[in-house]
Amino acid sequence: MADLLWRRATTPTGRPGALAGYRQLLAAQVRSQLQYRASFAMDLVGNLLLTLMDVAAVVVLFRVTPVLGGFTLPEVLLISGLANLSFSLCDLAVGNIDTMRQYIRTGRFDAVLTRPLSALLQLVCGDLALRRLGRVTQAVVVLVIALNLAHVRWTPARAVLLVVAPSFGAVLFGSVFVAGSTVSFWFIESGEFSNAFTYGGRDFTAYPITVYAGWFRKAFAYGLGFAFVAYYPALAILDKPDPLGGPRLLSWSSPVVALAAAGVAAFIWRIGIRHYRSTGS
Amino acid sequence: MGTAWALAGAGFRRYSTYRQATVAGAFTNTVFGFLRCYVILAVAATAGGMAAGYRGSQLVTYVWIGQGLLAVVQIWGWTDLADRIRTGDVQSDLLRPLHPVASYLATDLGRAGHAALTRFVVPTAVGALCFDMYAPHTLLSYPAFLASTLVAVVVSFGVRYLVNLTAFWLLDIRGVITLWQLGAGVLSGLYFPLAFLPGWAQGVLWLGTPFPAAFQAPIDILVERGSVGHRSLLLFDQLCWAALLIGACMLVQRRAERKLVVQGG
Repeated sequence: MADLLWRRATTPTGRPGALAGYRQLLAAQVRSQLQYRASFAMDLVGNLLLTLMDVAAVVVLFRVTPVLGGFTLPEVLLISGLANLSFSLCDLAVGNIDTMRQYIRTGRFDAVLTRPLSALLQLVCGDLALRRLGRVTQAVVVLVIALNLAHVRWTPARAVLLVVAPSFGAVLFGSVFVAGSTVSFWFIESGEFSNAFTYGGRDFTAYPITVYAGWFRKAFAYGLGFAFVAYYPALAILDKPDPLGGPRLLSWSSPVVALAAAGVAAFIWRIGIRHYRSTGS
Repeated sequence: MGTAWALAGAGFRRYSTYRQATVAGAFTNTVFGFLRCYVILAVAATAGGMAAGYRGSQLVTYVWIGQGLLAVVQIWGWTDLADRIRTGDVQSDLLRPLHPVASYLATDLGRAGHAALTRFVVPTAVGALCFDMYAPHTLLSYPAFLASTLVAVVVSFGVRYLVNLTAFWLLDIRGVITLWQLGAGVLSGLYFPLAFLPGWAQGVLWLGTPFPAAFQAPIDILVERGSVGHRSLLLFDQLCWAALLIGACMLVQRRAERKLVVQGG
């Protein structure tokens, strides 16, 4: 450790060099995706529609019922919007960690470890999906529409919360992504396992948690912290009392929850990478 | 026919070796089962216990059977063929004595058989343990469900095969897969029963797209929604789609073979 600190202090030029390395990885990705134009165009259109479909699914449910878990359509849309924005920001930044299981299964992870860049950052930059930018934009559009429909009475605090909530929501999702993909250090074929918490978490946060019940709600809302991504911030923005009787302070606790989750994820990642044994194929 | 059986057996055995993946997949389907079940029950609760012709317990069965069926019909991505086209390995498929569509279909049916015994059973059992599930009232619904599921696998295979064949022209089929997944999720009845939609949209989806035939048809047959005549029509719709898609696969396969340039080597 002391050795590492020493090197960092004495070679300040080391850092720009590393940055250039990441930049080249990203640029190569962009070029390669633009090679197959027809496929890229379809991918773009598909992703444009993807978020719209999520919203459409919520609207369809409200064709059958006037309220869902005590919330009206604009209120649920606001929750979905916050959830989608958090998730798409996270997906843009670290969603590619999903491919880690292929790296481990094929043995390509060995190559990642031999390069003088952080393994986690390399995986993240391995496939920057431009299309994911589109999803962030759509989530913002949905959020703006929902805010208009819900007739929010703006205060400075609520405006700040509107920025804080998705940012730290993204951190929480990112932690789940990193922690979840670490599982493949132990169980190589288990990639789908983490989907239950990453994509499952996204779908969970898209609805008010009053919809769920029992241990399932406790585990996802509080155990994994998903209630703090969209549900509690939305309550404060809507100025709506919590049907579950929680204090207003909970609406502001997403930074604490997200940073704690990030700490846990970093810890799990370290254990995992130390445990890594090449498949050797 | 013997070859086809052998291929189906191989498909079954191939997937039975991926034990971790099977457990992980069943776990994920089960978690999503809880999620979807709670949401749909919340809808039914405020809609007076009945939503679009489904009672609460029917919706519970709808969700959990659906979570089990997902893996059986393999509604999400399958790129085995596209990968072989990209690498050029597909040429050895063309040398085999069995037609490629038939041989891939046989393998896929074997895979579906394995999924039916593993991935289908877990969510269904968990759902039955944790929620009040609707059981079919007439015995005939069980064999009808089995038949309908079999046809659903063929329909889903047909679309997946066509999607993969586009690799002959595009090489990179990421975009086509995205579009297929988009349809497979929302238009098949996975996110919500299609009966939640206005009548005209249901008509367009059932008659104009193969998605409901690959997913919702067997579920509606098992939860006995609508009259017996209505359910027979669903099965008929499925059969039409299966025939149409397998025909299309044969046709496109022939065009693709003329286009084939072996990339590998």
